[in-house]
Amino acid sequence: MAGMGGRMSVVIKSKINKLLDKAEDPSETIEYSYQKQMELLQNVKKGIADVVTSKKRLQMQQSKLQQQVVKLDTQARQALSQNREDLARTALERKQFAQTELQSLDQQVAELETQQAQLIDKEQKLRSKLEQFRTKKEVIKAQYSAAEAQVKISEAATGVGEEMADVGLAMQRAQDKTENMRARAGAMEELEAAGAFDDSLALGSGGDDIDRQLHELTSQSAVDDDLAKMKAELGQGSGPAPGELEPGAPESAPSEERPA
Amino acid sequence: MIVRIATEGQFHLPDEDAARLNELDNQTVEAVEAGDEDRFAQLFEEMLELVRRDGTALGDDELEESDVILPPPDTTLEEAAHDFTGEGLIPD
Repeated sequence: MAGMGGRMSVVIKSKINKLLDKAEDPSETIEYSYQKQMELLQNVKKGIADVVTSKKRLQMQQSKLQQQVVKLDTQARQALSQNREDLARTALERKQFAQTELQSLDQQVAELETQQAQLIDKEQKLRSKLEQFRTKKEVIKAQYSAAEAQVKISEAATGVGEEMADVGLAMQRAQDKTENMRARAGAMEELEAAGAFDDSLALGSGGDDIDRQLHELTSQSAVDDDLAKMKAELGQGSGPAPGELEPGAPESAPSEERPA
Repeated sequence: MIVRIATEGQFHLPDEDAARLNELDNQTVEAVEAGDEDRFAQLFEEMLELVRRDGTALGDDELEESDVILPPPDTTLEEAAHDFTGEGLIPD
């Protein structure tokens, strides 16, 4: 629409201004709301702590999932060496699912790290700006007439106020993000509790609800690839099977009944 | 001209960049209205890059009000649609 002129920046500016306390004299707000400033800085500190907590929780899930991936891979190999392709497939599907979750966790942890660094940076900047304001105010008072000083102090106060509002906005966004992640992490823990990443690949647990969901969720072609790779490694490719198991294969491996 | 990238920081930006910034701003809003996610991401990124590249960060001792404030860099199309179109538009 012609003539609107920088609509996005206009809107976001009014948003920031809305976060600012509207006072007749902005310097009064800054000067007399020392308590408020301390509260804000305290909140930022708490916000940083929240981000760190969320990150730790996600990192714990990461390491659990990594263990699962290794375990499921081993289980798939075992199943395959016992000619249980059905079980191997189930294990690989679970592995695929765990790997997809891992990728999303990596991304979330990286996001939280950025957030953490940003909040630390903003907290320092705000502290420094508030300090500067206190110093500057005294200098201005000494240098200018009362009327001029008031104008200059007001201007500086508006700048600091904007910084406070921006820190508030950064906090709000960080909180929203960590809440979202917490919800997702909670959902994953539930899934885990429901057995999606169950330790034991119990024989005969072929067709339960979770497996059906996994069939839908996982990429079949990736599972097929994995399976083919594993077969090749175990010498069970489509070609003639050499009837020989890798060293360290389970003793219980069924004897190969193929003609020598 | 002083430009703030919300949640990131303030920059001194040469006045010559004002027209380009304004143009990008309007194009970004058009992309939001069209619901064009790729175009929105591309234009918004271009805007942020312009400010980061041509601008110099304000020092901690510079207590200035911004002339222009850009949305946070991680703004999604969904958020932008809420803020910059229809009901989200704050009347001035």
